[in-house]
Amino acid sequence: MDLLLDGFQTALTPENLLFALIGVLLGTAVGVLPGIGPAMALALLLPVTYSVGVDSAIIMFAGIYYGGMYGGSTTSILLNTPGESSSVITAIEGNKMAKSGRAAQALATAAIGSFVAGTIGTVLLWILVPRVADVVVTLGAPSYFAVMVLAFFAVTMVLGSSKLRGFISLFLGLAIALVGTSTGQARLTFGNAQLADGIDVVVVAVGIFAIGEALWVAAHLRRKPLEIIPVGQPWMSRADWKRSWKPWLRGTAFGFPFGALPAGGAEVPTFLSYATEQKLSKHPEEFGKGAIEGVAGPEAANNASAAGTLLPLLTLGLPTTATASIMLVAVQSYGIQPGPQLLDSEPKLVWGLLASLVIANALLLVINLPMAPLWARLLQIPRPQLYAGILFFATLGAYTANFAAFDLLLLVVLGLLGLAMRRFGLPVLPLIVGVILGPAMELQLTQALQISQGDVSTLWSEPVAVVVYAVMGLMLLAMAVGVVRGKKSPVPATTEDAEELVNR
Amino acid sequence: MTATTEPGATALVDKAQYGLAAFLGLAGGYVLYDASTLDRAFNDQPVQPYALPYVVGAALLVLGVLLAVATARGDRPEAEEGEDVDLSQGTDLRTIGLLAAVLVANLLLIDWLGWAITGALLFTGATYTLGSRTWVRNLAIGAALSVGTWYGFYVGLGLPIPAGILDGVL
Repeated sequence: MDLLLDGFQTALTPENLLFALIGVLLGTAVGVLPGIGPAMALALLLPVTYSVGVDSAIIMFAGIYYGGMYGGSTTSILLNTPGESSSVITAIEGNKMAKSGRAAQALATAAIGSFVAGTIGTVLLWILVPRVADVVVTLGAPSYFAVMVLAFFAVTMVLGSSKLRGFISLFLGLAIALVGTSTGQARLTFGNAQLADGIDVVVVAVGIFAIGEALWVAAHLRRKPLEIIPVGQPWMSRADWKRSWKPWLRGTAFGFPFGALPAGGAEVPTFLSYATEQKLSKHPEEFGKGAIEGVAGPEAANNASAAGTLLPLLTLGLPTTATASIMLVAVQSYGIQPGPQLLDSEPKLVWGLLASLVIANALLLVINLPMAPLWARLLQIPRPQLYAGILFFATLGAYTANFAAFDLLLLVVLGLLGLAMRRFGLPVLPLIVGVILGPAMELQLTQALQISQGDVSTLWSEPVAVVVYAVMGLMLLAMAVGVVRGKKSPVPATTEDAEELVNR
Repeated sequence: MTATTEPGATALVDKAQYGLAAFLGLAGGYVLYDASTLDRAFNDQPVQPYALPYVVGAALLVLGVLLAVATARGDRPEAEEGEDVDLSQGTDLRTIGLLAAVLVANLLLIDWLGWAITGALLFTGATYTLGSRTWVRNLAIGAALSVGTWYGFYVGLGLPIPAGILDGVL
């Protein structure tokens, strides 16, 4: 408790409050802007970490993460095109509400629901982070190695529809991570001295997320402008509140655990929440035509899972979403290794971050409810300037990593790889997780074997490691069974709508 | 949810995926070759430097073969969605090529001209490629952005970006 109060002291200094405010404003803006997600925004902002203090930077990044979620729902509701797969439901149900003249209520239930979910999620983090950290500290290198392999498995198998493509992406990432001389010998450097230190993760992240995305959009740019639904001040009637509060809580209950699992992600809980609300609703006939429960539940689930994501990130150093992986890169660039020791070695940083999440959430509610019409104007920004701006800041971000034109060459190559990945449906997250965790995994393996003096059986000498390998075995089994029986969509009721949306 | 580039699905096999499969095979092969050139580790290194590369290279090779087989059996990728993405038309290769050219021009010129100049050119070139014709305004925005970020990094973050030929002017 004292630690939490200390955390609020860290978070409430004028400087950090300012960074939290900048973070939520930027986050909302990039969330609203089409084409930029929170992961890309963080990648573009990585240069900030070269000179801003670590607590300020991480507080700002958390604000961007949460803000991106709020802004993304505004776009989904007003445009009917989901920016990310986790906002597919909002795009369907929220846009139907907006079309029937209830845009204000849709935005309100999304924003307030996000606030409720984010706050509950943050309180759960306060309770869980120290407890999980206590357990995690006792883990040895073998367990840690096992957890990392599990993370690789999980991000690859749970996300996306094609496991094959997930693995392709993962191993491409691991190959990129091999480049360099970390083992004393030059691996995959093509004899180039500039590759001896490996490829800067900042360059990889910016290339894959920003350049790849900008090129992909440029190749398919919509020539006719999207129809934007005008919106006034968000508000809800008493009846809307009555219909919203239970879905908010249930959505939170779905979202947080999925976010906290390695690779739970935000998509599954939003689908689950939608299906649940449809079943429990007194107005099931409204679903698919603009039911407020269908926006309230999934939006809460989305935000609660964002909070849940921070649990494995802070305690294990495992990123489970693209945005979390960029936050990990940011923290690493300060020479801090998120993981079991983080809470002991950097209590001020962790508790400052945990306290700032509540502040960020409150700020977001304040700036999103009254200012929604203003944010909606961002949707009209001309696309050539928007995407040129992305390329501009991406180039700047990669250049400032080392001030080397060679990094810009790598950036273009990785950008083209990112473009190809989007064309061939390769998920981005496994690659970036492979790049970040690849070297860490090799290190853990080395440490485990050094302690055991080369005895391989040490890898399954700890109970946690055994459990983790068992879980992986079960996942493989489930996958094999799934292949044999043919794949089924998690929520049959919504796939039709999603299909309609995707094929428009 | 099969979003394809051509909803009519005239060709059942996505031939371009063979290219990706070939790339994976090549990459895997090179990783394996590179691993074979590594020496044995020092005595305090229980994990050989070539151990992980062998695993990764072999995996890439296998995945390339699997992808080729899947492609031949009619497997098609789900191209990524987005707010501004319109998948009903084919890929606009010309725009990609021009944007890549703009990025390459930037990296070739940046050491000589410096970011304050190449950044502005980058922005202007990219907007022009993406269909904006108000290039005087774009050049002005680009110049404001590049000079602004130069000073922003120098003053705000304490990071002096190399100035190029404007050294001493900025």
